[in-house]
Amino acid sequence: MAGPRNISISEASRPVLPRHAKLRYDETRKVWVILAPERVLAPDEIAVEVLQLCNGERNVGEVADQLAAKYAAPREAILADVIAMLQDLADKGFLAEAREKTP
Amino acid sequence: MSDVPLVTPPAASDSLAVLEKSRSTAETFGIPLAVLLEITHRCPLQCPYCSNPIELDRSAKELTTDEWKKVLSELAEIGVLQVHFSGGEPTARKDLVELVKHASDVGLYTNLITSAVLLTREKLGELADAGLCHVQISFQGIEEGLADRVAAYKGGHRKKLEVAKWTRELDLPLTVNAVMHRQNLHQLPEIIQMSIDLDADRLEVANVQYYGWALKNRAALMPTVAQLDECTRTVEDARERLKGRLTIDYVVPDYYALRPKKCMGGWGRQFFNISPAGKVLPCHAAESITGLDFLSVRSNHSIAWIWQNSDAFNRYRGTGWMKEPCKSCEFREIDFGGCRCQAFALTGDAANTDPACALSPLHETIFKQAEAEAEGETNRFLYRNFAGGTLESENGA
Repeated sequence: MAGPRNISISEASRPVLPRHAKLRYDETRKVWVILAPERVLAPDEIAVEVLQLCNGERNVGEVADQLAAKYAAPREAILADVIAMLQDLADKGFLAEAREKTP
Repeated sequence: MSDVPLVTPPAASDSLAVLEKSRSTAETFGIPLAVLLEITHRCPLQCPYCSNPIELDRSAKELTTDEWKKVLSELAEIGVLQVHFSGGEPTARKDLVELVKHASDVGLYTNLITSAVLLTREKLGELADAGLCHVQISFQGIEEGLADRVAAYKGGHRKKLEVAKWTRELDLPLTVNAVMHRQNLHQLPEIIQMSIDLDADRLEVANVQYYGWALKNRAALMPTVAQLDECTRTVEDARERLKGRLTIDYVVPDYYALRPKKCMGGWGRQFFNISPAGKVLPCHAAESITGLDFLSVRSNHSIAWIWQNSDAFNRYRGTGWMKEPCKSCEFREIDFGGCRCQAFALTGDAANTDPACALSPLHETIFKQAEAEAEGETNRFLYRNFAGGTLESENGA
């Protein structure tokens, strides 16, 4: 079954795109898209980068660490932006919590 | 199948815009993001509001497996991202798993729009393995008495509930498609609850649109203004209450509106569908407009060529074809004069303003007629079938 609904994104969350939301590069229009039921979303560059880092193993804090290092930007500001973007996606129903890793 | 709203955009935010062509002029258009494939008109249900044309394609005319595969490859190649397998009942085709597999192989996102009554758990599993991304199941009501009567299919409602459960057990996302009209609108709150109980991700509250079969059944289906207002309140309340849990798309009937709907995002601008026999159509009701020559994928032309150059697509594309009051209207690029099929059905000329628009000289008459029908006593259905329809018996059996 799908992960819990009403996901609240925090620094410790390990979000991933659910099976029904697919991040894909659209060769025709030269943009990244998220394909979802009856929807095509166009994430911006940063959103794409965040989603590519959300592999189910990294938590949101670690994603912010990576971006802060890469862009030499203040971590707190980046973290707030990342959480806002992911929460927006979660509220639309296009984000799941990664399942606990089986040992 | 029921009416299928496509790519209804949620509120766009900065980082996550909805990909919709925000072109400034009406005359330019790109390849649609999603295409509806009506792979058969065969269906075990006989819903009186079916969006298929009155004149249904017989199975002998249907595209073959290889022809559909070629269509799927071509669609992916020209930039279509999603396909909806619909009908009729798409699972009535024995090659559905093969078609879904092929669509996945060429990179298309696949939706199944189904009545569910022909599905087995095994078949659904095969579809999931073939890469199916999303299942949309139509519901006719909340309990079998009404639901099975609307569909004229005994045991249908119970089967739908079962298939919905399997869908979630297979970890496929589920959309409940509830087609609403006067005789079931009172069940909307329970339908919303049912969607939650079934663990659906999305609910489409699709009020019947009145063309083809539904137009023939208008007197039995048209809701009252009061019902519709209540429906809108219920949807708005549920959307707020269930944010992040259940996405609700809402399609209102336009007879009671002041502004017409931007039907299909404008003729030939964002959408086409392919009929069982392979015709490329600007909307699933387009064949109801006589005098237009719709080209088939069996013709010598590519799908992209048909979309861009065929007379049928260019006839009502943009604004050049418009007459008054559309021609000089400030909303002409907002709603493109509403729905061409509805204009044709109600006025006899598809180039007239859709009477759903308050600026149409016929608006008042149509509105009054709808209101009178909604208050009427006619509840008998004319069921959809290949024989041109069968009237429900007096005792509702």
